[in-house]
Amino acid sequence: MSAAIGSYATIGKDAPRRPAPHGAGRLAQLKARYFATPGTSLLTIVLGLMTVWAVVSFVRWGIIDAVWYDPTAEACRTASGACWAVITEKYRVILLGTYPYDEQWRSALIIAIWVVWAVLTAFRLFPLRLRLAGWLAVFAVTLVLMRGGVFGLSYIGTDAWGGLPLTFLVFGGTIAFGIPLAILLALGRRSVFPVVRFVSIATIEGVRGIPLLVVLFFGTLILPLFLPPQLDVDKLVRAEIGMVIFFAAYAAEVIRGGLQAVADGQDEAAKALGMGYWLRMRKIVLPQAIAIAIPALFNDIIRAFKNTTYFAILGLFDVLGATKVALDDPAWVRYGLEGYLFVFLLYFLICSGLSLYGRSLEQDHARRTRRAEQ
Amino acid sequence: MKNVVLRSLLVGAVSLGALGGAAVAGTLDNVKQAGVLKCAVNGSRPGFSSVDSEGNWHGLDVDTCRAVAAAVLGDAGKVQFLKTNNQTRLTALQTGEVDMTAANTTWTRARDTDLGLDFIAPTFYDGQAFMVSKELGVESVDDLDGASVCVRPGSTSERVVSDIQKKKGIELKLVVIEDQKEVNTAFFGGRCDAMVQSSSALSSTRAAVADNPDDYVILPQRFGKDPEGPIVRQDDAQWRDIVQWTVFALFQAEESGVTSANVDEMKADSKDATIRRLLGVETSGGKGLGLAPDWAYQVIKQVGNYGEVFDRNVGKDSALKLERALNAQYSDGGMIYAPPL
Repeated sequence: MSAAIGSYATIGKDAPRRPAPHGAGRLAQLKARYFATPGTSLLTIVLGLMTVWAVVSFVRWGIIDAVWYDPTAEACRTASGACWAVITEKYRVILLGTYPYDEQWRSALIIAIWVVWAVLTAFRLFPLRLRLAGWLAVFAVTLVLMRGGVFGLSYIGTDAWGGLPLTFLVFGGTIAFGIPLAILLALGRRSVFPVVRFVSIATIEGVRGIPLLVVLFFGTLILPLFLPPQLDVDKLVRAEIGMVIFFAAYAAEVIRGGLQAVADGQDEAAKALGMGYWLRMRKIVLPQAIAIAIPALFNDIIRAFKNTTYFAILGLFDVLGATKVALDDPAWVRYGLEGYLFVFLLYFLICSGLSLYGRSLEQDHARRTRRAEQ
Repeated sequence: MKNVVLRSLLVGAVSLGALGGAAVAGTLDNVKQAGVLKCAVNGSRPGFSSVDSEGNWHGLDVDTCRAVAAAVLGDAGKVQFLKTNNQTRLTALQTGEVDMTAANTTWTRARDTDLGLDFIAPTFYDGQAFMVSKELGVESVDDLDGASVCVRPGSTSERVVSDIQKKKGIELKLVVIEDQKEVNTAFFGGRCDAMVQSSSALSSTRAAVADNPDDYVILPQRFGKDPEGPIVRQDDAQWRDIVQWTVFALFQAEESGVTSANVDEMKADSKDATIRRLLGVETSGGKGLGLAPDWAYQVIKQVGNYGEVFDRNVGKDSALKLERALNAQYSDGGMIYAPPL
């Protein structure tokens, strides 16, 4: 039997093909997956019923029997469902903290600005430079609105700042200052100068060796004992510096991982072209290193967002701290579950938003690499 | 574990700071210069210090701070409150972060002598108390013979109950329950006749957990000493005097019948020498304290007298509905007593 060279054609009759698997439709797939054996069928039925029961009772508790508005908490006491009225009553404290009531439009405006610009950034509707410049402007507007003292806005000290604006500001500051510092620490750790290397290693390992709570306590309560009284740095700033250093120490190691993953040849080739150290880092090494480090870096970024809750210990009202205080009210203390569910939802939305944004950055990077390799 | 580490770190650092003499003298000047009084409060104790739905501070401790601000700055609103917890309420004062602390801290010898702090003029005398259902018709702890009492194991309440049994020769059946929440459920569910806790804790449990708070009564007796009041640093005698006499002015105003409503009338018309001194019509001692002559007038006008402060925060006009008990004027058998002005 000789076949033509270079052809897949077969001479004579094809061998009979196997018939399509029995019942290949969607229904059959479901059956194969969930009702293959009596054991799996039983498991499916039991788990299915439990799920249905859970969903039905949650809907009944959370929606049908729930109380949505009730300023005196009277209706909540008799209702069998959730008391979302606790949110309608306390949302101002939860979202805006102890910021003076008459000036709370300023905090609300800040939240709106942050959300809008974050969404615009996430969809990358503008070029990178414009996005970054926008964030600078957002920071400036936030500080002016929160602090006041100019443009006829009354001055409000940092002790009264609270709620979501404080959470945003602390988080934004941590990332904005923390990532550059992390890059410097990561580069410093690989530096050829022993002093730079030593300082970087000491900072990273020292900070990673202590809990964030201790860093914050040290910065706010103990540091002032050793500083001259004239050097009166605001407590919020001291705590924020602690947050930045803490974040940078962790992120530095993530970025160092990225740096090590970039092939040596890249740096050497750039060197051969006569590029200086900073130019090589900026144009050749770091862009690749950070792209590799993005998944792990977003781990740290999301953690930095959740770490803002530690500010409650310093007497500042971040969202979680403010919620806790709001729920101390004797009339509403029974409805802590509803209050914390609300905060859970808030954190979940923001953190999954960050997570999705991180994933889209990864996909972008993958697309660019594919294009470069073609 | 974390707390232990933190606490030892704080204590160590604070002793270092004390050695270096870092604590600030001249608190009055500092407060006047800053234009605001910094006051550490608990923040999570309704009736004493808490935040309402609009983000405003309320409470007995909060009003103590406001009274000092009114005396020193002439404006009860110029207070910056710092929310602290049991670990930080005294440290914040020691490090100079705040000018005074009013965070329901019990005055004990150890705290007063070891920490470089002064406890002055208690504004609230707490103590262990019994709460019973009104239906029982009980008016005194002596009537509780044979009653069952819900307590947590190893708590102060448990000790108090066994002491009382011995002292009064009555029989109480202890129902020991590990968790406070379970204790609440057991008591309000009728599993025990009485519940023992500090009077302030009982009143907030009653307000928060009882379906109808009016069905329960806190018996008037108090067991164990628990005086709570403002605290200042030990190194500033003038500031100590200011805070102390501000509290005494609140007490004296109630004794003399001066309220925030009638203070202007009293100032204009009163012939009573004490009232005239209190309100700065005659020499008021403001000079000795480094304050304006009408300092006490400002306190009463803006904050009220002690009775008003008590009633609106923890007393009959509040959710807690505490009886005055030990916190009544001395003339009514309480502990509230101001030295002569």
